[in-house]
Amino acid sequence: MFQVRIHGRGGQGVVSGAEMLSISAFLEGRHAQAFPSFGSERMGAPVMAFCRIDDAPIELREPVIEPDALIIQDPTLLHQVDLFKGLHAEGYIIINSTRGFDELGLGEFARGFNHYRLSTVPATELALKHVGRPLPNAALLGGFAAVTGEIAIGSVISAIRDRFPGKIAEANILAATAAYDLLTKQREPLHA
Amino acid sequence: MLKQTEGSRAVAEAIALCRPEVICAYPITPQTHIVEALGEMVKSGELAKCDFINVESEFAALSVAIGASAAGARSYTATSSQGLLFMAEAVYNAAGLGLPIVMTIGNRAIGAPINIWNDHSDSMSMRDAGWIQLHAESNQEALDLHIQAFRLAEELSCPAMVCMDGFILTHAYDRVDIPAQADVDRYLPPFEPRQVLDPAEPVSIGAMVGPEAFTEVRYLAHHKQMQALARIPQLAAEFKTQFGRDSGGLLRTYCTEDAETIVVALGSVNGTVKEVIRALRAEGMRIGSVSLCSFRPFPLAALRAAIGHAQRVVVLEKCLAVGLGGILSDGVRKSLSGIALKGYTVIAGLGGRAITRASLRTLFQDATRDTLEPVTFLDLNTEIVNRELEREKQARRTGPTAESILRQLGTVASRIA
Amino acid sequence: MDMQPVKFYQTGTFTVGNRLLDEPQRTVQANMRRTNSLNSGHRACQGCGEALGARYAIDAAMRATNNQVIAVNATGCLEVFSTPYPETSWQIPWMHSLFGNAAAVASGVAAALKLRGRTDVRVIAQGGDGGTTDIGFGCLSGMFERNDDVLYICYDNEAYMNTGIQRSSATPPAARTATTASVGDAPGNVFGTGKNVPLIAMAHEIPYVATASVANLRDLEYKVTRAMGIRGARYIHIHVPCPLGWGSLPADTIRLARLAVESGLYPLIEAEYGELTGRTRIRHKVPVEEYLKRQRRFAHLFGARPDVARIARIQATADRNIARFGLTG
Repeated sequence: MFQVRIHGRGGQGVVSGAEMLSISAFLEGRHAQAFPSFGSERMGAPVMAFCRIDDAPIELREPVIEPDALIIQDPTLLHQVDLFKGLHAEGYIIINSTRGFDELGLGEFARGFNHYRLSTVPATELALKHVGRPLPNAALLGGFAAVTGEIAIGSVISAIRDRFPGKIAEANILAATAAYDLLTKQREPLHA
Repeated sequence: MLKQTEGSRAVAEAIALCRPEVICAYPITPQTHIVEALGEMVKSGELAKCDFINVESEFAALSVAIGASAAGARSYTATSSQGLLFMAEAVYNAAGLGLPIVMTIGNRAIGAPINIWNDHSDSMSMRDAGWIQLHAESNQEALDLHIQAFRLAEELSCPAMVCMDGFILTHAYDRVDIPAQADVDRYLPPFEPRQVLDPAEPVSIGAMVGPEAFTEVRYLAHHKQMQALARIPQLAAEFKTQFGRDSGGLLRTYCTEDAETIVVALGSVNGTVKEVIRALRAEGMRIGSVSLCSFRPFPLAALRAAIGHAQRVVVLEKCLAVGLGGILSDGVRKSLSGIALKGYTVIAGLGGRAITRASLRTLFQDATRDTLEPVTFLDLNTEIVNRELEREKQARRTGPTAESILRQLGTVASRIA
Repeated sequence: MDMQPVKFYQTGTFTVGNRLLDEPQRTVQANMRRTNSLNSGHRACQGCGEALGARYAIDAAMRATNNQVIAVNATGCLEVFSTPYPETSWQIPWMHSLFGNAAAVASGVAAALKLRGRTDVRVIAQGGDGGTTDIGFGCLSGMFERNDDVLYICYDNEAYMNTGIQRSSATPPAARTATTASVGDAPGNVFGTGKNVPLIAMAHEIPYVATASVANLRDLEYKVTRAMGIRGARYIHIHVPCPLGWGSLPADTIRLARLAVESGLYPLIEAEYGELTGRTRIRHKVPVEEYLKRQRRFAHLFGARPDVARIARIQATADRNIARFGLTG
């Protein structure tokens, strides 16, 4: 089972992100479960959403306590909320930011993890560029696909089309593929 | 057809397949997505020949359903928590009049303190009103149970509640198999009422009944639920034959045959329970579980057969009989009449507190060592409780209890579980 | 010469019971083929205004709809005395659910009928003042707001009579009830409270609102008939004296209802979509005392030291109604 926890603020599409992730997995014939944590749901409040992906039916109903991957949609949460709780040493971290881990003040922290599994991606900038709105979830899913390989970018694209209508879907797909390409390129020398 | 969709949406699609004729909607978290989805379907024409009525309160919602059902229409509504209490009078009325209304309960805690998260206090408050009460363990089962519920309710002329955990199921995206219309039509024929308001054959419905006959009328209502005990497994079997999967029935057992310790629970927590049981069994523990689907009628005989051989039973409840302890435990105990085994009531998940594998693992281990108290509250923060009790000893004007506890806990948004 | 008494039968008057009129001119009640929807054998008190009002109203509705009426009844006197277990005196399909939900249940019945294409069958919701102005108010407003195809009839005897004469928001000022004592200086029900549901119904701008009285049968039948010819939410408020609760003579029920109208205390009006469209003029205005003094619930206003001030306030209310609705001149 692969468990993902997404952190962000209300209004940033954290929940839809988890849902699209689950749809991506579904389209690949896998089982997936996505659900929000249900704190006070006002705009700007810290929110979390969870997604589990597995080949067998998922019966577990607890929140994701030991994530295999963390997606952090809003870096302003970084030093406010204990975002990394439960993440193991081989876990993935994808942070929505133009800055790297060192610049974010996470340099020391990052040393405890597998360097190749930590990424930042300017998802909000990509969203603004392609979609015109600062909703980074689609781009982050593209980044997630690139970094973890848990789902294919093609599935992400189909999931976005499932969730959004016409032009909006295509715009989000551009953002997602841009993030995917960016992170894939970043990693290419490492796999050479 | 397989879909990855929100639980509420899946349930709405199943209800639409049942060809409801009157749907009444009053919003309350967390069932609102169900009726919103149904409203969309009526608007788009996907759900045809259906009147979607926005009512002014939950009391009105069930009352409109009562009128529509009495006039021969297949009627549906949904509610949770405070809404269920607000329509309480109508809940008893519908059962007493024998109207086969189906209602979804998105299980949510009842205040005060106000709480929007899941537990079973709401449906439990109406457990003796005479409605059939079925609990879904998963979104698939939730949608399947609605199809079975309409069939059962109309056959018996008895209203039925389908209970699904608020947020945990209603707001979770899961893979579900939505049946085809033709298959549902085969399973659920058109509504043939036992009584109907019709100028061609006038009847008076809802007359006063005095001491001479009230007991007999109530006995017949009880008898209906006894009949349901037989019909529920039969309808589930028919469902399996037609749709190809296990859904509903009175209860489901998991690794109970050789179990010395058996856990009994209602609803979605059974999924997490089974995960923990799998892990403990791999370590050699003889433990199993029973997921109860039918809470009313309460399957005393079936439960006894399932757990009577064990050494101990752990009843995991998302509800609390204040001043007494467990509610589900009472039924479990009744089923074990004459059998001596150790029984533990664990109150868990109240107000939406997460029930984790880690907590359950420790709990089940304690149970097998018989170190548990007869009634325990899972993950109770005893430090806070004791601090509050101490505060109350020291002064009179201590202010609202809930607010004081929240203050002691600090910000909650940053917590994960 | 022997004087022989000769009886003259006066034909052509429009008194309610006149059967010498042509059929179309007779009241429904005077018609041999009236349905008697509320049949004899019910357990109402002698002189019950509500039993009269209900029979008049439902029979009129039946004639207007070719006998296609379903009634939904709130808990109350009418429901209790018309269906004493194990009997029913209703000749029509009839349902009683709860005290406060008659309007909502009726909405549900109407929805089911519409779905089945039974546009010929009409729905009437009925209840007393308690079940309408108080506990049933929410559901009533909801039905109005949705413009559901239901005629709601309120039989107003100005208190919760079935449970022993307790005050409702329809109880008039100064009336004595079990919960508004008139002991010593206590005035009975206080001034400055109470709800005017016909005006509230008008505020919802529903297709038809009317007030009626058992004292004017032709007017009542006309209004019910008119209402049945309209689709959507409709409301008729009928004044029905209660001899037991009012402390009046059973034989005085219709007289009291007439005095209430002629004093101005109970205006007979019609409205459509929130605008006043009709009123019945008072022919011979009477002072409110004529009405009040025949009821023991107002007895404390009279006697050795009459409560002149309160009677004057009641008179002022009557005068205000007359001016407001143009009931004289």
